[in-house]
Amino acid sequence: MIRAAAPTPTAVKTASLLSMENISKRFPGVLANDCVSFDVRAGEVHALLGENGAGKTTLMNILYGLYSPDEGEVRLSGELVNFRSPKDAMNRGIGLVAQHFHLARRHTVAENIALGLKGTPFLFPVRELSERIRKLGQKYGLAVDPNARVWQLSPGEQQRVEILKALIQGAKILILDEPTSVLTPQEAESLFKVLEQMKAEGEAVIFISHKLDEVMTIAERVTVLRKGAVVGMLEKKGASPSQLAQLMMGRKVTPLRQKSKPPLEKAALSLNDVWVRNSRGVEALKGVSLEIRQGEILGVAGVAGNGQGELIEALTGLHQPHRGTISLKGKDVTTLSAKGLFEAGVAHIPEDRNHMGIVPSMSVAENLVLRQYRYAPFARGEMLDWKEVTRFADTSIKDYEVATPSKDTLARLLSGGNVQKLILARELSGDPKLVVAAHPTYGLDVSAAALTHNLLLRQRERGAGVLLVSEDLDELLKLADRIAVLFAGKLMGIVDAETADREQLGLMMAGVEQGLGDRGRGSESV
Amino acid sequence: MLERFGYRLEPRVNPPGHIVFLITLAAVAIALFLTGVLFAVFGVNPFQAYGTILNKTLFNFRGFTEVVRKAIPLILAGVGLVLAFRAQFWNIGAEGQILAGAVAASGFALFVPLPPFLMIPAMFLAGFIAGGLWGFLPALLKVRLGVNEIITTLMMNYIALYIVRWLINGPWKGQSTTGFSYSEKFERAFWLPTLGTTRLHWPTLAIGILLALFVTFLLARMKLGFEIRIMGESPNAARYAGINFFKTTMLLILFSAGAAGLAGVGEVAGIHHRLVEPNSISLGYGYTAIIVALLARGNPLAAIGSGLFLGWVFASGDIMRVSLGIPSQMTGVVSGLILLCIICAEPFMRYRLVRGSSPPLSQTETEVA
Repeated sequence: MIRAAAPTPTAVKTASLLSMENISKRFPGVLANDCVSFDVRAGEVHALLGENGAGKTTLMNILYGLYSPDEGEVRLSGELVNFRSPKDAMNRGIGLVAQHFHLARRHTVAENIALGLKGTPFLFPVRELSERIRKLGQKYGLAVDPNARVWQLSPGEQQRVEILKALIQGAKILILDEPTSVLTPQEAESLFKVLEQMKAEGEAVIFISHKLDEVMTIAERVTVLRKGAVVGMLEKKGASPSQLAQLMMGRKVTPLRQKSKPPLEKAALSLNDVWVRNSRGVEALKGVSLEIRQGEILGVAGVAGNGQGELIEALTGLHQPHRGTISLKGKDVTTLSAKGLFEAGVAHIPEDRNHMGIVPSMSVAENLVLRQYRYAPFARGEMLDWKEVTRFADTSIKDYEVATPSKDTLARLLSGGNVQKLILARELSGDPKLVVAAHPTYGLDVSAAALTHNLLLRQRERGAGVLLVSEDLDELLKLADRIAVLFAGKLMGIVDAETADREQLGLMMAGVEQGLGDRGRGSESV
Repeated sequence: MLERFGYRLEPRVNPPGHIVFLITLAAVAIALFLTGVLFAVFGVNPFQAYGTILNKTLFNFRGFTEVVRKAIPLILAGVGLVLAFRAQFWNIGAEGQILAGAVAASGFALFVPLPPFLMIPAMFLAGFIAGGLWGFLPALLKVRLGVNEIITTLMMNYIALYIVRWLINGPWKGQSTTGFSYSEKFERAFWLPTLGTTRLHWPTLAIGILLALFVTFLLARMKLGFEIRIMGESPNAARYAGINFFKTTMLLILFSAGAAGLAGVGEVAGIHHRLVEPNSISLGYGYTAIIVALLARGNPLAAIGSGLFLGWVFASGDIMRVSLGIPSQMTGVVSGLILLCIICAEPFMRYRLVRGSSPPLSQTETEVA
């Protein structure tokens, strides 16, 4: 049952705790919210579903007082409001739990909650607060020790602190922005129980997500945003995941080719007992040994912060292991620099596209030779041959369909998908032996993500090894031949992707050794 | 607030060149206007003051050569700083690097036995290397230990200053009839030729212009220039691209500080013909070169223009003192005003005033199959 995206009729308006009508918001060159209407009732979870870039965060930032809308109205219980800052929003009972927590890590839970809270005694506000925290935690199933220091808590527990903070500040409407992005499957389950409890208590919850299955589990109503506009609002009762997926995706996406041939038995890359320390001197990768075969995609799963970053840095020369060896097709490359590894045939598709993969203030053509400018034909001696660069740029832009006004356009003006295409064009041009792809489809729209997947599969076809690090289990299950799970710097196991199941992977990601019953702790470094 | 009048501010995604130029021009004009106000405060008619200045600096051949003469060290050091700033290396040490070049040139002229036709090139080469070496330590500290180069280069200026003072009062002290300290005069053959009867030592100017051309070429066409730009615009991307920060920074400082060193050579070999008090060698050229480089906005050739402009400001300072009775410290004030106005003009480049609340829209997202 799909209702059209019309402004909410008056009868429904007064029953809503919150209603946003015909909200539009523009930024230079982009319409982030296009006449969006959205409302929430007390005691309901209303999910806001959409891909990255659909406009969900902008809409919530308007609600939370960070932006003001160019057009449209926001009403609380029928009364028109105009938030000029988050403080206004908080005072009116709107709480936000952002994707990246705003907690002071060295302070205790109670101190963090006391920060900015009204009505606390001037001296020693924390003592009185601890009791309230405990009680509230019990009531909602958000148990957390008020005296624990935030850095000691797992992401799941930190999130509980954020929620408690919002509740104690008197939030009646809670906005959760991609809350499960830092949680293990088990922690996500706990969160859903908490949300059920909150519904029973009459709270209204806005649940922002791009994950279909979660939204189907927890929400009463789902509003789907695509490219800034509401494309549909469904009631859970009649809706199916495929309906939601269709609304979210819009166009038909060409199905991926089935993987044709199995990987070779020869190794493209092998790691042997590799130990890497992170920038703070803490062991981030502990004795990892694994092998990527030629013509294979090895997926790496795990909640962010468990060593994936250090693994990527070790393989691409940005950081060196202090113990262990890395071999590329039999050749020892452990001590090579970024330049050395590139020359050895390792392509790197970095996680931070905009600040590492490109120089935003330089042109598309210049960015296309960012790594190979030193070599022929782009360089002759100490000089650069811009004619060759231009030629390469023209072909690359055409072959990879990079949408850009010209090759001299500054790279920062490109959309996320096109930046990624630029990077892929560059990295894959040299016939690499190993492709290290770090969260390559994060923030990309559906067609750009599909292209990325196709390109990675094509690399697999030609016999390269591909390391795919991703937090998206679906992506890994779809593309990888095998999936390795990292937890707290250790390799928990490698499973065959065809036979793997999400439950098993979820347990490994949470630190549970296969076969053992103990429950591990989540990583603290998120 | 602006909305009440039917306007709003919209950030500019990519300020176009002509806007940058016009706004910079406007900033400079405002600074000159404020200078006029200061003239009035001193009891001098601003129009008369500017008239006299323009007359004696631009419409008078000798006066004009003085403008160019003052511009020479500014152009040299300015071009060096343009290069350094492109790499986000904030070289505040041009002043000391100028002195280092002057010391090296003087050392050669006074103590190294070379025939005249070799001496002058040797002086320039020595000055270039000495200047480059003077920047070496701050560069090393930045690359290896992350020490802020603004502080280290600044401190090196004082070290250079005291070394020069020590030399002219100690080991290199020359015959003096005036009570001031300076070294012996260089042999006549080691003096740089000047243009006609003026004091314009044209070889240094030629070197300055050649250097500007070279740096333009370096940035546009050479691998090193590309690496310098990447390092400056995105250090993370530079790491990812495998750029050798150490090698690139060291080469960068050699050129940048070396350029300032060349300016020092010009001053002692072309004007004073001896090593004199540091404050006479460089009248704050090293610091003013920062303004020259900022005005040039990353373009080495533009540094020639901005160098000439600030050379004019310096020359005007002399005229102000001699013909108008205004203290020559005024030059410092004017330079400062210019700098202040340029900085204040930044927001105008980043934002633009738009009428109404319905702007022209365009989707930058284009879907590709």
